[in-house]
Amino acid sequence: MLKSWDTNLVLSEKKTLFSFFLLYLVFTLTLLGILGYMYYNFQKDLVLQKYRVELSSLAKEQIEKLKELHRNFDKQRVYPRDKRFNSAIYDSSFKEIFATTPMGEIDFSKVIYLKDGKIYLIKEPESYYLGTKYLVLEVKKESNWISKILKDMLIYGLVIFFVMVGFGYFLLKLMLKPMREAIELLDRFIKDTTHELNTPVNAIISNIEMIDKDKLEAKLAKKIKRIDIGARTVSNLYQDLTYLTLGHKIVSNDEEVNLKELIVERLEYFSLFANSKKLTVSSNLKDVSLNIDRKKIAKLIDNLLSNAIKYNRVGGSLHVELERNYFEVKDSGRGIAKEKLDFITKRYARANESVGGFGIGLSIVMMIASEYALDVKIDSKENEWTKVRVSW
Amino acid sequence: MDKSKSILVKVFFVLSLHVALFAGVYEQNCVACHKDLPVKIDKFFYRYLLKYSSEENLKTALKSYLKNPTKEKSILQEELLARFGVKRPTTLSDKELKEAIDEYWEIYKVFGKLR
Repeated sequence: MLKSWDTNLVLSEKKTLFSFFLLYLVFTLTLLGILGYMYYNFQKDLVLQKYRVELSSLAKEQIEKLKELHRNFDKQRVYPRDKRFNSAIYDSSFKEIFATTPMGEIDFSKVIYLKDGKIYLIKEPESYYLGTKYLVLEVKKESNWISKILKDMLIYGLVIFFVMVGFGYFLLKLMLKPMREAIELLDRFIKDTTHELNTPVNAIISNIEMIDKDKLEAKLAKKIKRIDIGARTVSNLYQDLTYLTLGHKIVSNDEEVNLKELIVERLEYFSLFANSKKLTVSSNLKDVSLNIDRKKIAKLIDNLLSNAIKYNRVGGSLHVELERNYFEVKDSGRGIAKEKLDFITKRYARANESVGGFGIGLSIVMMIASEYALDVKIDSKENEWTKVRVSW
Repeated sequence: MDKSKSILVKVFFVLSLHVALFAGVYEQNCVACHKDLPVKIDKFFYRYLLKYSSEENLKTALKSYLKNPTKEKSILQEELLARFGVKRPTTLSDKELKEAIDEYWEIYKVFGKLR
């Protein structure tokens, strides 16, 4: 009957899954990027090494021609040109002496390098013919080797990437398995327990209702009342747990709900509890309606009222205020320490699946509020009061 | 009017004196002797260029050699050096020397001459 609170499980699992995957992907991509960069440079160097041999011999030829020109400079002033490459000569202060074509910035710290699809080789002649300290050769090589490297990189990169993603997914499943098992175990236990609670509690409540209290003597009536309160508390707990395990699976049946009537009804329901604590209950209710699921908003109100009574002091007060765009429950209870208040809101802001102790009621409140985009604001002064305002 | 005219005349006079004093430092003090040598003056330039490459380096080396010529600093081939020996230090002032070297550079530099 009770499937699970697996929405919570799936939600938290999805969150973990998402952050893990994000981290994993960033890591994988960074690694691939570095590897790719290294591979590219390695391949580029390999290609440049191949060209270096070829270009060096061309440079040697060119230097021989420069040497010849230097010797006959008084008669001959035509710079030696070659169809296979462009060339330029620079003096030791990097000033261009002559260039067959404009070359732009030259990186003289390198021997051979690639720039804008051209390969540059820098050669220093043994003597400075015509003042030449640096001879620069420029060749435009067909760039298909670059696209070949890039294509290789893309293919290998994608293969590695998908393998890594698959591996990551497997790793994640492995990691989440114990967590999932533990939660499922707890889930099943709670489901079984609550299921077993239902029948006896209902039996107690319906039987108490059948008792004609007027005919009882005062002492016994008081005892029956206590039993009634106890049974209703258990019943509430049962309903909360059922809601947690099943509630979010119930399709909301939204309708116009008169909040004033509903609050009055719920206050009436809780009057027994309030009386047992000798609370002064007051309210200031405007006629307000809201399009919402009746059971859910009742559950929300119940939880706020139940908390306000449970954590109130004996002889304290409980005030409910209903205005056009909010309602507020204020008690004179023990309050919540400021640090803890932050912690509570943070916890719920982060993940409202926290269950147990203080959390169960508020958890339901938060679940319903988030479903209907209601804003829940908790304010408190320790040992004095707590105020919970739900606005829309 | 007269005053500005006289200033103009003075300026002209000073300028022509300057030109007369420095123009041809290279012609008078370098070419004059070198033209009688079997090795022409441009050959020296290209030997310097071969060794010093840039304008600044060449001029510095040449100036240093002219002021204080030694065998070690000479760019002449061994046999020529043995035959002609090392020249005497220059008597030109630094300013004149610079003038002469600058002119020498301008005449024989490679920049702008290659086609």
